[in-house]
Amino acid sequence: MPAEVSQVRPRETRAARRRPNWTAAVRDRIARALPIERLLPERQPAYVGSWVYVFGVVAIASLIWVVASGVVLSFFGPGWWHISRVGRFVNSIHFWAVQLFFVFTVLHLWGQYFAASWRNGRAATWMVGVVIFLVSLVAAFTGYLSQQNLDAQWIAVNAKDAVNATGAGAFFNVLDFGQMYGVHVMLFPALVVTLVAVHLILVRMRGVVHPIDAPPEVAEVVEAAGEVPGAAEPAATAADITPAASGPAS
Amino acid sequence: MTGTSSSAAWSGAAVSRRTVPYDLVRELVLALIGSAALIAILAAVLSSPDVPPLTIQAWAQHDPVDFVTTAVDELAGQSMSAAYGPPYTHGDGSVQSIGPFSPQTWAGVRIPVDPARDFVLAPLSDAAPGNPTVGSALAQYDAASASQQSAWLDAYSKALGSAQASDGHVVVAAGNYGPLPQMMDALLAIARTGGMDGLLLRSGRFYQTDFTRPLLFMGDGTYLAGLAQEAHLLGNQWGMMNETGSYPGQSWLWLYTLLYQIPPFNTSASADLGVVVTMGVLTLLLILVPYIPILRDIPRWIPVHRLIWRRWYREYARGAGSPRARSHGA
Repeated sequence: MPAEVSQVRPRETRAARRRPNWTAAVRDRIARALPIERLLPERQPAYVGSWVYVFGVVAIASLIWVVASGVVLSFFGPGWWHISRVGRFVNSIHFWAVQLFFVFTVLHLWGQYFAASWRNGRAATWMVGVVIFLVSLVAAFTGYLSQQNLDAQWIAVNAKDAVNATGAGAFFNVLDFGQMYGVHVMLFPALVVTLVAVHLILVRMRGVVHPIDAPPEVAEVVEAAGEVPGAAEPAATAADITPAASGPAS
Repeated sequence: MTGTSSSAAWSGAAVSRRTVPYDLVRELVLALIGSAALIAILAAVLSSPDVPPLTIQAWAQHDPVDFVTTAVDELAGQSMSAAYGPPYTHGDGSVQSIGPFSPQTWAGVRIPVDPARDFVLAPLSDAAPGNPTVGSALAQYDAASASQQSAWLDAYSKALGSAQASDGHVVVAAGNYGPLPQMMDALLAIARTGGMDGLLLRSGRFYQTDFTRPLLFMGDGTYLAGLAQEAHLLGNQWGMMNETGSYPGQSWLWLYTLLYQIPPFNTSASADLGVVVTMGVLTLLLILVPYIPILRDIPRWIPVHRLIWRRWYREYARGAGSPRARSHGA
């Protein structure tokens, strides 16, 4: 009723004004840090036209196939692919997707190393990327242990000594199939996917690092795209980019 | 900065000639299609490795002498598992350390294993009710003094060095072995029927997924290692990055595997700990590259970046700072 509304609304409004809205604060913080235009850009700096950026994209595509085939394998259970032709094919998809993932992850890692991609406030992006690689190694390791074949047996028997030597073996028993399978299908995929998401968000927040020794105006474009202000590398002059300097690669 | 203003900075007038059209989603979709095609072809043509696992039954059938020799070692407390140390036993046979640094001992025995009881005596006790010979042999063994047991085990262990397998039995030269021949013959018979595979998984619960005991037992023998050697899986065969068949294996472990092949690791009793610590330090350096002067400067010294951004450097130098608008995603 209008009379009741008029009595209640002002109180609610006053209370809302007194109390900060956490949801709005989080929303605004996200919008400031990573607007949707920056998350899904239609334009990029010209230097992004390099084959080196394909490696990361293919690594992500491979990871998507790893997870998709892994979901099918886990749905039918760890013994399915040993007795079913379809299961064997799905396992092979999983196997080769993992191989492709690592090949392109390593290429991406080296590519970003030689691009010194941690410059201008991107150290966290680099560090998260390396951690993704490390977690992926453990994920693959637990996958090998979950195969239920001779490889899995031998890897478990041998790996136990290294894991035990670190003290981790008391809690991370590589001979316990249940534990290894559980962490392989749940914990590590969740970790890898989460870290990849964080990595991508950091990449989009910071923008793609500009070429080494690029002149200041190039860095400015990236700066406008959201780089950390005040973290620029020592400014290069336009004279740094000369035909002689770029000659060997031309 | 609001979303609107940042949008203007990103894609508005300020972008100018130094940006190019780019389609992130299209690139990802193309990568998904391309990688799916490649993966499907590899899967269809090359399949994936799957050599069936070794069972204790198969071990006992194919190499009964090794099976019995391993069982006697377990009973005598002379196997690798028996002397292992944490997290399985209170021994120190496989405890690794670098000086006083020995994290293997910190948590103590968290996964207790008693090889003599778990791998030999308990399975035989389970068989005893239906087999009077086993029952009396076990009773004789239990009643004997420790020194008598040790003398029997020592003599039988030596005799197994020249034992022969015959018709599902292990035959040794005549000697004073006490009840050991009857016990081991019964254990071998249980194993050959597949009984040991189940008995070593016994946990007192219906569902079982922990293969610690059967894998430790098989690891103590030489038969599993022989199969691994045939498949080039041993440590000195770079086995950590190999797998059965002609498959790429875990090639990403090349550095980890390499360390095991070189001094001081290839001669150290604590090789695993040394390699893991070394890899840990190297990994930390890799993570912290942005903050380590020499490591972070290498990309400037080795001009791979000139290859990475080859077109950009070329066009920028040629075109007075305005690379033409081209991109692999455009």
